[in-house]
Parts: sequence; C-alpha cells; structure tokens
Amino acid sequence: MEQKRKKKLPVLEILGILLALVWVSPFYLMVVNAFKTNREMFEDVLGLPSEATVDNFVQAYIDLNFLNALFNSTLITTVSIIIIIIFSSMAGYALARNKSKTSNAILLVFVAAMLIPFQAVMITLTSFFGSMNLLNSGGLIFMYLGFGSSLAIFLYHGAMKSVPLTLDEAAKIDGANKFQTFWYIIFPLLKPISVTVAILNVIWIWNDFLLPSLVLSSSEATIPLRMFSFFGEYTRQWHLALAGLTIAIIPVIIFYFFAQKQIIKGVSEGAVK
Amino acid sequence: MRNKDLTFWLFLAPVILALGAVVVIPLLAGFFYSFTDWNGLTFNNFLGLEHYLRLLDDGRFLSSLWFTIQFSVVTVVLLNVFGLGLALLVTQKLKSSNLLRTIFFMPNLIGGLILGFIWQFIFIGVFSDLGDLLGIAGLDGWLTTGTTGFWGLVILTTWQLAGYIMIIYIAYLQSIPEELLEAAKVDGASPFQRFRNVTFPLVAPAFTISMFLTLSTSFKIYDQNLALTDGGPFNSTEMVAMNIVYTAFSSNEMAYGQAKAIIFFVFVAIIAVSQVYYNKKKEVEM
Repeated sequence: MEQKRKKKLPVLEILGILLALVWVSPFYLMVVNAFKTNREMFEDVLGLPSEATVDNFVQAYIDLNFLNALFNSTLITTVSIIIIIIFSSMAGYALARNKSKTSNAILLVFVAAMLIPFQAVMITLTSFFGSMNLLNSGGLIFMYLGFGSSLAIFLYHGAMKSVPLTLDEAAKIDGANKFQTFWYIIFPLLKPISVTVAILNVIWIWNDFLLPSLVLSSSEATIPLRMFSFFGEYTRQWHLALAGLTIAIIPVIIFYFFAQKQIIKGVSEGAVK
Repeated sequence: MRNKDLTFWLFLAPVILALGAVVVIPLLAGFFYSFTDWNGLTFNNFLGLEHYLRLLDDGRFLSSLWFTIQFSVVTVVLLNVFGLGLALLVTQKLKSSNLLRTIFFMPNLIGGLILGFIWQFIFIGVFSDLGDLLGIAGLDGWLTTGTTGFWGLVILTTWQLAGYIMIIYIAYLQSIPEELLEAAKVDGASPFQRFRNVTFPLVAPAFTISMFLTLSTSFKIYDQNLALTDGGPFNSTEMVAMNIVYTAFSSNEMAYGQAKAIIFFVFVAIIAVSQVYYNKKKEVEM
C-alpha cells in the first residue's frame, strides 16, 4: 500500500508540471519574442533570443504612452473601488439590520440586477450619459458603482450575519448615532469582506474594455484601450505588439506576486457565496 | 433600522441612485425604445414588433447566435472537465501544489483583450512554425477559417477560465471531511468508487455555481472575440455580444441593436434561472 502511494505521487507531480508548462507557454512565447527582431522571429519563434534587444520595449512604451495609461487605469480603478466599498458596505449594513419586506425586496432587486448583461443596457446608458456630458472618467466611476454595487452589497449583507446586534445596542447606549456606529464599530469588523470586494473589483475594472471604450476619450484611455489601438497599428509587426503586451501585463503580475493569497481567497469567496 | 428611519434611506441612497441611473432606467428605456425608431437621441414613430420580426430574417444575427450557442456548450463542458481535473490534481498534496495553483489561475487576472492578442500571435505566428517543425499540416492557417476560429476561441477561453473554475472546485473538495473518504477506503471502496460515491455528490453544489458561471460567461464573451478573430473571416466567428455592438455603434442602428440586446438579455436570464432551478432540484435528489 505504502509502496503504491510512493509510485503514484511522482506521476501526478510530473503531470502537474507538464500541464503548468503548457499553461505558461503563451507567456513564455510572448516574452522571448518581444526581445527578438522581426527577422529573427521568422527564423526561430520558439527559442531564446540570440541577442536580446530592448528597442521593442522602448518603442512600445513610448507609443503606448504607458505612464499616462497606467495613471488613468490606477486612478479609475482605485476611486471606483473606494466608492463601491463605502456605499455598498453602508447599504449591506442597512439592509441586514432592517428585517422588513421592503428591505428584502431591495436586496432582491440588487441581486437580480447581476443577471442583466451589460449589452442590454449599454446603448441607452451611453446615450443618456452622453446627453448629460458624463462620458468621461467621472461618469465611468459612477457607472462602476451602479454595476459593481450588486455583488458587493450581497457579500456585505452575508457578512453582516456574523456581526452580533448587541454591538449596535452597546454603541447606542454609549450615545453613538447610526453613522458613528457603522464607521467606528461595524465597518472595521467587515474588513475581510472589504478585501474580497476590493480584489474582485480590481480584476474586473482594471481589465474592463467595452464599457470604457464607449465612455472615455483617448486622453483618458486606460491600459486595455491603449493596447487596443496600439495593436491595431502594429498588425504585422509582432515584435512590437508583443513588447507592448508584455509591458501591459507587468502591473498585473506585480499585483499577483504580492497579493496572491488574498486574491485566490477573495475569488473563491466571491464565487462560492 | 426601520423603514421610516431617514438613516435607513440615507445609507441606501447612493447605491439606489447608481443602480437606477446605470442599470434600471437604461434597461426599461431600452425595452421601450426597442419598439420605436429611436436613433440614440429621439424617436418619431412607434414601430411595434418590427425590429423583433426583422431579427428572424437577419442571417448574420442568427448565425452569431448559433455560433454563440455552440461555443458556450463546448466551452462549458471543457471548462468544467478541466476545472475539476485541475482541482483534483492540486489537492493531491503534491510538493508543487501551491505553485501549480498559482500558475493555473494566473490568466484570470489578465483581461480577455490582452489574452486574445497573445493567442492571436500563438495561433498565427507560432502554430505555423510548430506545424513545419513537427510536420503537422493542421497547424497551418489557424484563424483563417471559421472552424479554426471557433476552436481558437474555445482554447483561449478554456485556458483563461479553467483556473477560476478550479478555485471553486477546490473550495468544495477541501470541505469534504477526511474521515468520510477514510471510512469508504476501510470499507473497501476503490479510488473510482470513492470519487463517484463520496466526492462527487459532495461537490455537486459546485456544479450549480460553475455551470451557471461558465454558461453565462461564455455566452456573454466579447473581449476575447474582438481580440482573437474580430468576428472574421467574413463574420463566421462573430458572437452575439459583438453583433450587438456592431449593430448599435458601427451601423448606428440604435433601436434595432437594442432589440437584439433585449433578446440577448432574455437568453441570459433563461440560462441563469433554469440552470439554478435544475441544479437545486438535482442536489436534493442526490
């Protein structure tokens, strides 16, 4: 029995590593070819570059106006997430502490809204916001609150079940009003779920393409939008396109490197609940 | 907090305002406009079902719908097979478990647009070289036909999302008590029997979640479609989401695009509701 187990493990170990190699191969091919000249790529697409050139990266970095795109992406993602966390946690708290039919109905509306595909509202949404001159990053952030609050409220409402009502009562006796009770007592206890909400929304908003492409002008363009027009310019010049793609991915890889544990935990909580 | 309390409504006001302005009003208005000749700004005539009847004769829309359905069915099966397979693999207490989990999940963090571009390079730039090297003619000319475009999209989506589905299955696999599997082993159950009779029923709720998720995700895919094939060649790989965007923003047929979007919404809602209903029923039976 013991021998059998010892034999079994290396087989699975090797299978796992082979699969992992298949999984990372697109990234490997992207990076090695980003260092090649177009001619060298034609000669050998699979191997390492004979002499690595960084010219591709320099040109891609300039053409992408990368710092500007990075700034836009960071600003829009950060502000949207802060707003989603503040307002959704307040709503989740209010709905959880009010056990009426109205409260249940409101929660149901938010949950049901998660089923509505973006395409069903995008045409009228952009038309209405356009007529109010809100097709800019401010309008976009408000839209992210509208689209993102449903899941966040749902998660906060669920988390409130483990926050005892006695805390509210104690705060009330001490003379705190509802806002103070929430911000000083309840919100700190919801920190784990706030991390989950933040992570799920970073992944979504950072990578979102269609909505910002309908809302933002080119000066406000985020990384995916810049990448789209950049890729269109270099259709037959893979070496430049790949260097651009590599640059675009670097912030995400850094984020993953530092927050890996929380990301996997957050995603699993967001999906399972 | 009571309904009459002003604070209750103050706490809810920002999100109600946002949901109303961003989702509810646009949806209701869109539903109304789909019966008119709305051009994005104003409308003059009420057309009744005209747009919806036109849909039935719109070959491009119907083929995009059919393509999307085929794509979704294939992708849902592959995603769940790979997702569960990877989850079973990395929960075997391998030395490399954590590293494998990290790698399999990585594509999920990167947007479909960027991943679609990377795979465009793989299919066009690398596949033909690989085909020459290995002498496989089938690797030449990927993405130049509807069929290779279809499978290209399936491969891209499976590769991207399998790690996500894996995470869901892992959560359920880890909640199975060790003693249960030990007891089955003592009773002489083979590894397959243990999987079929212990693990599988306990993982059933994960099927509800991941089937629902994968079906609605693959049905709504846009970024990957745009980046990998852009619907080509000759619209043969255009999916519904892309067809709607094209109708509304390239042909500028706002009301007609909106009618398509309403039909799209109905499909997504039916999938979601029936999937949840079916799986709930099945869980109880098991």
